[in-house]
Amino acid sequence: MSPPVLGKDLVGLEYLTADQILLILDTAEPFKEVSERPIKKVPALRGKTIVNLFFEASTRTRISFEFAEKRLSADTVNVATTGSSVSKGETLVDTARNLEAMRIDMVVIRHPSSGAAEFLGNRIRSNVINAGDGRHEHPTQALLDMLTLRDRFGRIAGLKVAICGDVLHSRVARSNIWGLLKLGAEVAICGPATLIPREFAELGVRIFPRIEEAIEWADALNVLRLQLERMSSGFIPSLREYNRVFGVTRERLAKAGREVVILHPGPMNRGVEIDSDVADGPASVILPQVTNGVAVRMAVLYLLAGGAPDWRSAPTPGDDR
Amino acid sequence: MPSVTRLLDAPAMARSLERIAGEVIEKCGGTEGLVLVGIQRRGVELAARLAALIGQVPLGKLDITLYRDDLSAVGPVPRVGVTSLPAELEGRTVVIVDDVLYTGRTIRAALDELADFGRPRRILLCVLVDRGGRELPIQADFVGLTVDTGGDDRVDVAVLELDGHDAVDLIRGAPL
Repeated sequence: MSPPVLGKDLVGLEYLTADQILLILDTAEPFKEVSERPIKKVPALRGKTIVNLFFEASTRTRISFEFAEKRLSADTVNVATTGSSVSKGETLVDTARNLEAMRIDMVVIRHPSSGAAEFLGNRIRSNVINAGDGRHEHPTQALLDMLTLRDRFGRIAGLKVAICGDVLHSRVARSNIWGLLKLGAEVAICGPATLIPREFAELGVRIFPRIEEAIEWADALNVLRLQLERMSSGFIPSLREYNRVFGVTRERLAKAGREVVILHPGPMNRGVEIDSDVADGPASVILPQVTNGVAVRMAVLYLLAGGAPDWRSAPTPGDDR
Repeated sequence: MPSVTRLLDAPAMARSLERIAGEVIEKCGGTEGLVLVGIQRRGVELAARLAALIGQVPLGKLDITLYRDDLSAVGPVPRVGVTSLPAELEGRTVVIVDDVLYTGRTIRAALDELADFGRPRRILLCVLVDRGGRELPIQADFVGLTVDTGGDDRVDVAVLELDGHDAVDLIRGAPL
């Protein structure tokens, strides 16, 4: 048997090649159509059991994954674990062993600790999909962002994409930076100095200290959610001031004199990082992003399932890490 | 060494399709309520040719990849193609068009997929080559050519649109 297309797990876009990313985007295309059918379901993953393991609050991502799984006819279980005081490593190992004992095929994991998805993937035979781990990566979000950009512009290579806001704490930013760079886009980041990590400059990412410059430069803005809890930790002085200096407003966009496409991973803080008339305006692709999210996740589930090793086969010696 | 026999050349293929087109009209009593659905990929081209011969008839395409029963057996998953069907299947006569009929599993998947789009009055099957070897109780209503083959053989259908020429070849001793 030839090697699986994507490997066992999807941990982050940093670890994929441009070809693998394009394969996911291309595979997502036919899955868009499945959601438009009278019966929105195909039997591709019939008999597969998928656990959605969410250690962190999530509405959009969890529901999107669940729709994707159900539209592929997989059996799904949702586990929402919040507020566990057990040390994270121990909890995950135990959870992993219990899940394996129930003969599952895939785990979709959202966890507050960076590296949690990889940690889990290294310890279980099932496929693991990272649905966001700490500030590390959120690969399916970046994939749906790129699919939406490709729908709008017809290409990714050569596009100028500015990621604005709290880049420091953002797994969405990190996944987008890796993915976009691999596909040949130009990437910039923009936000308050306290929230802009300098190390991305080494990857060839531009840094704009002012939102006006980013708008002037970009074909598309990916406006990150300002995580409100950051304010109390002293990263920004106040929400009002953030909006005044970094808010994406109609006035600022009008100065560009051309259309700048607006993405936002949600949930939005209207009036903070983005104004309502921008979010709801003609250049906004925020709702198409959500629609594409289901298609991209179907593609990832389908590709991983097809290349999955048979868990019933005997474990190889020394494989039990 | 594999041996190659040409089963149909371009003129023979054209004649087969013309004959099938006539049979379809005859069996269906005209083109009223008729829909041709090609199976990705070469079935799509063959269905388009038949549609051109038959006249005004809606044309659809079906990609059965997601309805296969061997997802985990095939290793790297095949590319998923596009499915697009004309508006209504309800009450219509659907003719599924494919290049080669072999085990019947593709057609089984196609029937499952069609059922998710509606309930046609009847479904017929048209293939350019029936090579035997069925693993399911499925037979074709319209056949261009019937040929006996074994598991070590392969039937290759080439169409102008995708391959630059029209031909059907039987390759003995070279399974896929």
